[in-house]
Amino acid sequence: MKGVTRELSHLSDEALVLLAARSQQAALAELYDRYGRPAYGLALRILRDEALAEDAVQEAFLGVWRGAARFLPERGQASAWILTLVHRRAVDLVRREERRRADTLEHAPEPGGGDVDEEAWLRLQRERVQAALRQLPDQQREAIELAYYGGFTQSELAERLGQPLGTIKSRMFMGLARLRELLGDPGMEISWTSTT
Amino acid sequence: MDVHDLTAAYALDALDADERDAYETHLGGCEPCREELVALGDTASALAWAVRSPAPPAQLRGRILEAAAAERGNVVPLPLRRPWLLRATGAAAAAAACAAVGLGIWAATLSHSLGQERSARAAFAQAMQVVADPASRRIPLRGGTGLVAVDPTGRGVLIVRRLASAPAGMTYEAWVIPRGGSPKRAGLFDGSGSTTVVPLHEAVPPGSVVAATIERSGGVEAPTQTPVFSAQA
Repeated sequence: MKGVTRELSHLSDEALVLLAARSQQAALAELYDRYGRPAYGLALRILRDEALAEDAVQEAFLGVWRGAARFLPERGQASAWILTLVHRRAVDLVRREERRRADTLEHAPEPGGGDVDEEAWLRLQRERVQAALRQLPDQQREAIELAYYGGFTQSELAERLGQPLGTIKSRMFMGLARLRELLGDPGMEISWTSTT
Repeated sequence: MDVHDLTAAYALDALDADERDAYETHLGGCEPCREELVALGDTASALAWAVRSPAPPAQLRGRILEAAAAERGNVVPLPLRRPWLLRATGAAAAAAACAAVGLGIWAATLSHSLGQERSARAAFAQAMQVVADPASRRIPLRGGTGLVAVDPTGRGVLIVRRLASAPAGMTYEAWVIPRGGSPKRAGLFDGSGSTTVVPLHEAVPPGSVVAATIERSGGVEAPTQTPVFSAQA
């Protein structure tokens, strides 16, 4: 994986998206090497099925390939865009398949079978985001986790939790806004990915 | 329903198809919502990093690249490399080998890299002890993306993202520079790949600086170049 695309490895995600827009296959390969693993982990978490998770990841990266020319850096980070495509695809699939699960995040050890350095990085990222999630008030965390990892719509959440829709919306908004503070505050955690 | 307050739900993909369409239509004409979505969207996607991420099946990469190439006529293809030039570590190398030359090379690459894989695993396990220790300090790098983690006994690990490969015949060399002392050699590494983890061979006392320079292959006794990046422990 490294050997094939190492000459692109120091480029920013946004530069790679630009190259993908010019049909540079190696740029798509490098983006996959950077985000394929978290993408697959996310899809698997939502879909609970390896074949469906692969489908979601494949469709999302083809979405990157097709949409690269229309990507606007001022609308957010390229990594966020890619993971948003994966998430959207996985949620659409899980709603269709009706295999949503409402259990909370597990804290099992990282499975092996990949680049060890990448594993270290993924583990750091995971600990950082999980630490931030743990600091949210329970009701906000519950709404966010059920929506993001469970694929439930806000109306389904309102029904499931026995709360008015407005309450659910407000919990999601307050939770995300607080999460943003927690993840962005260098006093709490290091903002590892924003230095370049 | 006020469509303005759907931004968080949209960022979390918690809208049904009709609500999503309505919100996207609204977004086209609402600058405040677009701005809010940039902020909340980046935050929502950070949630993707909180789940366990097993490596995807090796063939998925090739399948995506093939499907992408099939969609456009003017694709600039991946550069093909001879398999013995691939820098091999386990499944990653297997995936690259599959993508580059097909399944035939897999077994050969895998067995060739098993020794490397074992020592990499041992170094990784040691590094992860430092990284996972809640008492470890984590210091962001200046001049690069990444951090230095130092446990209470002074064991240090350097983690760098997206480092350009060292030029041919050169290597990165890590240094621990104690306050008021001269630099001590702390390990050699190259910058290939998206993440580089370097267990430091020297203890990192409080107040010291961890830095990396580019030196000739094999490393040098004392740094001859300006640091590429550094961190103040």
